[in-house]
Amino acid sequence: QKVSVEVLDHLEHLALVDFRDSEGVERLQKAIQFADQLHEVNTDGVEPMDSVLEDRWCLYLREDDVTEGNCTKELLENAREKVEEYFVAPPGNIPLPKLEERETFLQGS
Amino acid sequence: MAARGCGGVWRRARQCGAGLPGPGPGPFPCGQRAVACNKRGGAVPAGKSGVAPWIPVVGLEIHAQISSNSKLFSGSQVQFAAPPNSLVSFFDASLPGTLPVLNRRCVEAAVMTGLALNCSINKKSLFDRKHYFYADLPAGYQITQQRVPIAVNGSLSYSLCIDNKMSQMVTKTVRIKQIQLEQDSGKSLHDDTRCQTLVDLNRAGVGLMEVVMEPDMCCGEEAAAAVRELQLILQTLGSSQAVMAEGQLRVDANVSVHHPGEPYGVRTEVKNINSIRFLAKAVDYEIQRQIEELENGGTILNETRAFDSKLGCTVPMRDKEGKQDYRFMPEPNLPPLILYDTKSLPANMNHQQVINIDWIQERLPDLPSVKREKLVEQYGILPEHSFTLLNEDGLAEFFESVVKQTQMKPKKVIGWILNDLLSYLKQHSLTVKESPVSSFLLADLLNLLEKKEISSTAAKQVLAELWKGEGKTPLEIVKEQKLELLQDQKELEQICQAVIDGQENEVIMMVLG
Repeated sequence: QKVSVEVLDHLEHLALVDFRDSEGVERLQKAIQFADQLHEVNTDGVEPMDSVLEDRWCLYLREDDVTEGNCTKELLENAREKVEEYFVAPPGNIPLPKLEERETFLQGS
Repeated sequence: MAARGCGGVWRRARQCGAGLPGPGPGPFPCGQRAVACNKRGGAVPAGKSGVAPWIPVVGLEIHAQISSNSKLFSGSQVQFAAPPNSLVSFFDASLPGTLPVLNRRCVEAAVMTGLALNCSINKKSLFDRKHYFYADLPAGYQITQQRVPIAVNGSLSYSLCIDNKMSQMVTKTVRIKQIQLEQDSGKSLHDDTRCQTLVDLNRAGVGLMEVVMEPDMCCGEEAAAAVRELQLILQTLGSSQAVMAEGQLRVDANVSVHHPGEPYGVRTEVKNINSIRFLAKAVDYEIQRQIEELENGGTILNETRAFDSKLGCTVPMRDKEGKQDYRFMPEPNLPPLILYDTKSLPANMNHQQVINIDWIQERLPDLPSVKREKLVEQYGILPEHSFTLLNEDGLAEFFESVVKQTQMKPKKVIGWILNDLLSYLKQHSLTVKESPVSSFLLADLLNLLEKKEISSTAAKQVLAELWKGEGKTPLEIVKEQKLELLQDQKELEQICQAVIDGQENEVIMMVLG
């Protein structure tokens, strides 16, 4: 079963990945096939596993103390643009261009 | 699926525009409603226009900020109003290589709240990632509990008055679907002039309890009353300060309408509701809008709308492109959260790493409903009195303090508290804490009245004077304004005689019958 163009478009929107060309799509299909092998295992009556460490991994609980923060300067060093200690972002999410308008979508497929 | 609700049935109502009437600031049990909601339930015959009745269905998603020193998964401070990006750790900013570490206090707060809302606490709950892109969510996902939340299947009881009469209170219940722990996002400040958004991550990562209420409500008033009761419970527990104005309590309403016997209609989600009063308005407006749209042959879109408090209406929200796919996945950096009770308590574990549900249950404070009952029982006041006492922050304590300091019966004291003191406070928009008349002064005044040294009319005059807050005692004011009741028998007789002498004819008429 091939992955449809609609699904690819949907995935690109959700994850902002760029499958770019048929090779990328092929890699995706192979990855899905690989994961589908899980269906061959009968998991009736078996609880899903959360971690390989199972019961031995206890979730550590931290005390409610203030131990971090106050590093505004350092954090803002990563910002391409800033205004008075605020990060600057575009006014809203910039939507991915529609399928027809995108340059790189499925080139050479 | 049968419509589970209050049986409230709506008719096509008059237009409700921006000028919706409403009581003064603060929550209310008996507010004015824009549209009548039939609480007696049962089928109501169609109105004049021949249109079948509508059943509105309202569900709520409430986000309560957990009252804690530090954030849910990091050690940055939780504080309202601080310099931008000063309360942000590397984890909160989503820098690579950082990991979440769960705050014990946040878990306790969620357990307390779950117990207070009669929920089953899940001894094993899981954390998940909910993915979406937005500038104030640096990681591109929010850590939440989608598969197995910490608490499920509870209930919340709240009171409403029928027909705006406080004397006829009815108790309603709304089911609590679940309570989950999750992260708050940062804050976006939209700068439209420069076409940009300024992002402050101080709030990013603060612990939230999301309380999901089933669609058991039918109008704005019910939604408002339920939220008000939840607010009081959270404040009593201390798990959240739940101040809506500071964003510590946020409510999203899910609204739909349908005809009796038909399936539920398409629902819309209403956001951006900033007060309990606006919640009632927003819900009622949306119900009205949907009814009108459907009666005009239109359809309801499954969309998110924002409440515009200035215009008193809901508008479609921008930036919401169709149905979101959040691609939920288990949070790989956090194992399951295990809670214990006295039976299952492990013998050899570090106390600090163990949360015992029974231990928390035993230490729960009296909830508002219990406090109200105790006030009624202890002081012989009416249920609606105790409702008002608890509805105003500090008023119950004020009342009890006055009762302690005076010989006047609590049943009489309550009148002075609710009729006189409270109306003064409301008129001047003051809280109980800000009252110029302390419980000591009021008790002093009531003692004078009780000892019959002044009349009750005089007492009201003294109270008016005390209200000015000039530091005078009740006794001083009484003497100043010569309000003392005459106690001397002889003097009284003389005055009466003088009156009678002046009105001989009238006295004769009275005596003859």
